[in-house]
Amino acid sequence: MKELTIDATVENINKVTEFINEQLETCGCPIKAQMQIDVAIDELFSNIAHYAYNPDVGPATVRVEARENPLSVIITFIDNGKPYDPLKKTDPDITLSAEDREIGGLGIFLVKKTMDDVSYEYKDGQNILTIKKNI
Amino acid sequence: MEILKNKTGSNLVIYLSGRLDTVSAPQLEEELKASIGDVTELILDISNLEYMSSAGLRILLSAQKTMNAKGKMIVKNVNDTIMEIFEVTGFIDILTIEN
Repeated sequence: MKELTIDATVENINKVTEFINEQLETCGCPIKAQMQIDVAIDELFSNIAHYAYNPDVGPATVRVEARENPLSVIITFIDNGKPYDPLKKTDPDITLSAEDREIGGLGIFLVKKTMDDVSYEYKDGQNILTIKKNI
Repeated sequence: MEILKNKTGSNLVIYLSGRLDTVSAPQLEEELKASIGDVTELILDISNLEYMSSAGLRILLSAQKTMNAKGKMIVKNVNDTIMEIFEVTGFIDILTIEN
């Protein structure tokens, strides 16, 4: 297991992505799964950057580990900001036309659709969001 | 992300490469705002785009709405990863895709 603690800012998303991609490469993660995980990082870390400590800046910890049977990657995002469960957000209506579409709500929906498991808990003052991707 | 553009009359082709995500999306938004004015046909060639997050989808939706009102928009050369994103979000029905 490896972890990185860093200020939750939009500018740091690339550093988090690089850190996780390094770990994904060591466990032979296929490129498509890596792209999907990179999109999930963008959605989840940007959420923390925008909302967790707003208007201040605070730290977030990203933890990554590989598991076997089936081979999978588990990534955990932890922050001490305001309690927020993104999974409670209602899924967007994806059948609407461009004119009727609302701009927003797609990020967490995309994560739910492309990862094999997404879970949230609030524990000891921490938002803990975990994603799992079978590779 | 890198943005290249080629404008001929009211036809604008934008070539995107790299990653369209939270960090780079504002760059595309600015570019579209600045150059979409008199355009009636907007083509986004994304053959060299690796992936797109919801920040990119938002820009595409907004551009599609703008172009619906005054012409058309075509998204070209979509890779498998991005196509799957279009599929699960229903963008496949909103966008005009040419591969």
